[in-house]
Amino acid sequence: MFAVVGTVPDKNFPLRSGPVCLSGGKLIMGDRRGDLRVPVNRGTPALLASAFQVCQFFDAPPPTAYLVGDIGTGTGSRSLYAYLEEKIAGECFTSLTFHYIQPDVDWHNRVLFAAAQMAEPPVLIADAGFMYAAKMSGQAGAYEIFTPDIGELAFLADADAPHPFYTRGFIFHEPERAPELVSQAFKHDNAARYLLVKGKTDIVADATGVTDSVTEPVVSAMEAIGGTGDIITGLLAAFTALGHDSRRACIYASTVARMAGALAVPDPGSPVVDIIRHIPRGLEQFFSKNNADK
Amino acid sequence: MKKTTATAAKTAKDRGILVFENTSEVIRAENLLKQHDRSIRVMGPPPEIRTGCDLVIAFPLIEGLEILRLLEAENISPLQVVPVTGPLLEPVNIFFTTDYGQFLMVQAANMKITVDQTSLRVVNVSGGGCPDVPYLAAEMVGKRLDEAPSPRSIGHTLCGYALQLAYEEIVRKCSR
Repeated sequence: MFAVVGTVPDKNFPLRSGPVCLSGGKLIMGDRRGDLRVPVNRGTPALLASAFQVCQFFDAPPPTAYLVGDIGTGTGSRSLYAYLEEKIAGECFTSLTFHYIQPDVDWHNRVLFAAAQMAEPPVLIADAGFMYAAKMSGQAGAYEIFTPDIGELAFLADADAPHPFYTRGFIFHEPERAPELVSQAFKHDNAARYLLVKGKTDIVADATGVTDSVTEPVVSAMEAIGGTGDIITGLLAAFTALGHDSRRACIYASTVARMAGALAVPDPGSPVVDIIRHIPRGLEQFFSKNNADK
Repeated sequence: MKKTTATAAKTAKDRGILVFENTSEVIRAENLLKQHDRSIRVMGPPPEIRTGCDLVIAFPLIEGLEILRLLEAENISPLQVVPVTGPLLEPVNIFFTTDYGQFLMVQAANMKITVDQTSLRVVNVSGGGCPDVPYLAAEMVGKRLDEAPSPRSIGHTLCGYALQLAYEEIVRKCSR
């Protein structure tokens, strides 16, 4: 059992928690109050839809979602933080993935403290806004995996930047400088145990440096498509929950996302759900071609 | 995990500073932002700040875009908006452009916007980590550049601000 925490770009979406599934291109979250249907465009719904595809493929329990509506005012995010602070210690998850949520260092620390009180502390994965808060809090080392893109890696590498918007210009976020940025991020204690850097080349790194690179298949349009990074993080969350070690889960997530992308044959204007639909075939290809350990 | 407590003191690391010309502007801004339930505090400026009066307003940096919009609506203009962690830091000003032929993508900081160069429609918005990014994408994708709302007008966060810079750059490139 694993959980994903994030937001939906609808200010009227209520705070809900529970298992999700994917049906007709929509994420379905149901409880006794009825079903909520969320379009899978990008963001946390795209992450959850991707994770669900892996769970369904392996006949594993679906992800549990903690979702709330927030269009950037932070109101929904703060209510979700407060809910997690109160409830999460009593839950049991193998991994917790934090995603699009208004970065707030104080609330981040409260939730991290509550998660540490869980009977079996889960593997912690952070992406998007929660990763920004994790870096700013100085608590990056509490996390197992961060999943930045190259611009966010530059932010992690910059000891002073409080947000990627303020990453200093001399810290160029150019792909070929990724190993140097990785090194800086670890040097300043701004990295999780593993970094999965998403880009033209996906990089897996730990404190020793870059351990693995994934370059194939090449689907150049994916960089422009909103939500492709969310696919990788969703696959990663699911593979981690299936029991794969972090490094292997990173490589699997990166490769399967690319394979699904290649099957979708997208252009830069394609919606991300076109790629998510191809994840089951991507999984099939990956595990048969690589004879990989399921 | 490093030592932390649920009651950890409010850290300054995610705060920004609004610098004003004079104290009466500070008071006007403080009143306005408090009326809008913004979590702000009036304090003395850090030594790196050489301009403005001897009071500044600390605010949640992430909410910069919305706070500036509130001030602008009341004709209150800060001299500077800077992060507490580095008052000399400036917004990113390097853009990366990828030309896919039919499509053009511009990246500013952690945000990317992609436009169909034939129809000038926004076809994708990607990157970012704040909750207004999926919202901005939903509002902008599918619309022509001259019809789509600007991120500045409907965004709330620094990711929205970064998208605004990418948007201005792609408008500039597409109008050549």
